[in-house]
Amino acid sequence: MILGSLGRARVYDRLFAGLCLGATALAIGILALLLVKIFADGVPTLTLSFLTSYPSRFPAEAGIRAAILGTLWLIGLTAAIAVPTGIAAAVWLEEYAPRNNFLARLIETNIANLAGVPSIIYGLLGLGLFVRILQLERSVIAGALTMSLLVLPIIVISGREALRAVPRSQRDAAYAMGATRSQVVSRIVLPAAYGGTLTGVILALSRAIGETAPLITIGALTFIAFDPDGLLSPFTVLPIQIFNWISRPQSGFHDIAASAIVVLIVTLLFMNALAVVVRDRAQRRLRG
Amino acid sequence: MSPGTATPLVQNLDMVLEPPVRRDVPTETAPDPAFRISGLSTWYGKAQALRDLTLDLPKNRVTAIIGPSGCGKSTLLRCLNRMNDLVPSFRATGEIFYHGDDINSDKADPVMLRRQIGMVFQKANPFPKSIFENVAFGPRINGYRKDLGALVEHTLRRAYLWDEVKDKLHASGLALSGGQQQRLCIARALAVSPDVLLMDEPCSALDPIATYRIEELIRDLAKDYTIVIVTHNMQQASRISDRTAFLLSGEERVGELVEYDVTDTIFTTPRDKRTEAYITGRFG
Repeated sequence: MILGSLGRARVYDRLFAGLCLGATALAIGILALLLVKIFADGVPTLTLSFLTSYPSRFPAEAGIRAAILGTLWLIGLTAAIAVPTGIAAAVWLEEYAPRNNFLARLIETNIANLAGVPSIIYGLLGLGLFVRILQLERSVIAGALTMSLLVLPIIVISGREALRAVPRSQRDAAYAMGATRSQVVSRIVLPAAYGGTLTGVILALSRAIGETAPLITIGALTFIAFDPDGLLSPFTVLPIQIFNWISRPQSGFHDIAASAIVVLIVTLLFMNALAVVVRDRAQRRLRG
Repeated sequence: MSPGTATPLVQNLDMVLEPPVRRDVPTETAPDPAFRISGLSTWYGKAQALRDLTLDLPKNRVTAIIGPSGCGKSTLLRCLNRMNDLVPSFRATGEIFYHGDDINSDKADPVMLRRQIGMVFQKANPFPKSIFENVAFGPRINGYRKDLGALVEHTLRRAYLWDEVKDKLHASGLALSGGQQQRLCIARALAVSPDVLLMDEPCSALDPIATYRIEELIRDLAKDYTIVIVTHNMQQASRISDRTAFLLSGEERVGELVEYDVTDTIFTTPRDKRTEAYITGRFG
């Protein structure tokens, strides 16, 4: 008998598929709603002078020049600190640390946990260590060091995954040629892991661009009407500027906050898209 | 067939099925050994892989290591260039002398050893770089400062690959066919002018035509190199090797040397019943 016997199972099957589709549609729908609202509020006030002006008491004259430059400084410094450190740590853990060694396993577990620590905790650490003890004040370097701590675990974990994905046969080939360990790592393993590592780096930095809490904690929430001019310069960044404007009562500030959000979202989407492109190209290169 | 005449690759299949002409060498007079292996036993963790192997591998000859899966053929091969050092749980006792030097002594450097002993793997593993850079890898890490272009051309000619790739040296090595990739790997190993070539089932992933080309190459390379080849394929061992070692693992999965002799003797009048059973295809 093949007719009718599956009636009930088939109804459940359809119901389940429908629920899954509904959940997906809900998530996408909310995101779409959010984007439409932000773009509708923000695009009219998004002008060239908005991008090139300093903040002001008057919404019509205020702009995000200081926030854009501050973000560039912060991300540039964070990349300069966290990328070499994170990749070096990943190389040590994956290529040099003895297998099943207690210290290496302890470090591994801790890095995995650090990736899950709330960002405001990093802010408190940054406040205590960089701002107070090292007396860097509320400077861009203190912010970059704090952000580096925050994104380091992400870079280490994605770097290790990329290194682990390099086939054993590639290492064997290089070792059998009489390559030393550092030659195997620098000439074979790291180039092969380049795509995966870079993807992780881009995602980590795009996280750093969007983070607000740790920077507010170290005291970067200030009125900045000048360009950052050095490592010890005070600074502001886009998310802080947005936070600042949204907490004002005047609706004019809410509109320009939406404009700043548009700039931030476009930047983040661009970076995430770049990460996808880099990963695809690297995979194609490995396959030949 | 000389290295320069690549096309047409093979006229017809009969030619492939016909074995390459055996080089007429007086294998009966024992040449100088490149390796002297004495009392070699190895373990991976607690599991023993080889027990008490003693044999000499002759210089400028092809020695085949045959035996069923899991008998320790590859382990033996990887002892010769200390590739097993990369396996954390690996342990060995006994001695291996390479041209009189104990390769496992404290003074011996595995990196130096591997620069004199090239290796070709079961599955072709070119680097995801250009054909040129694959061959240039060894010379570069050795700090070779002279004319790399000439060296790469010479090496690719030696590996019977030049005519097929001379117009696309900067294309990826991974874009070649399986047999070409394996010849590229042989070229890569030859580029640092080693004394020895270790080959771990180099043809097991190749079709008969590509296999024929590699066997022909191996016979040619044997004039200048000591070659040790692990193979599953007994016809291959009988076609290309001067000497054959037969390894077998018993109940407890530990590989032992059953018989080692001139290849013709192994395949015509083996002394051990187990060798005879294996080469006549009764097991394995």
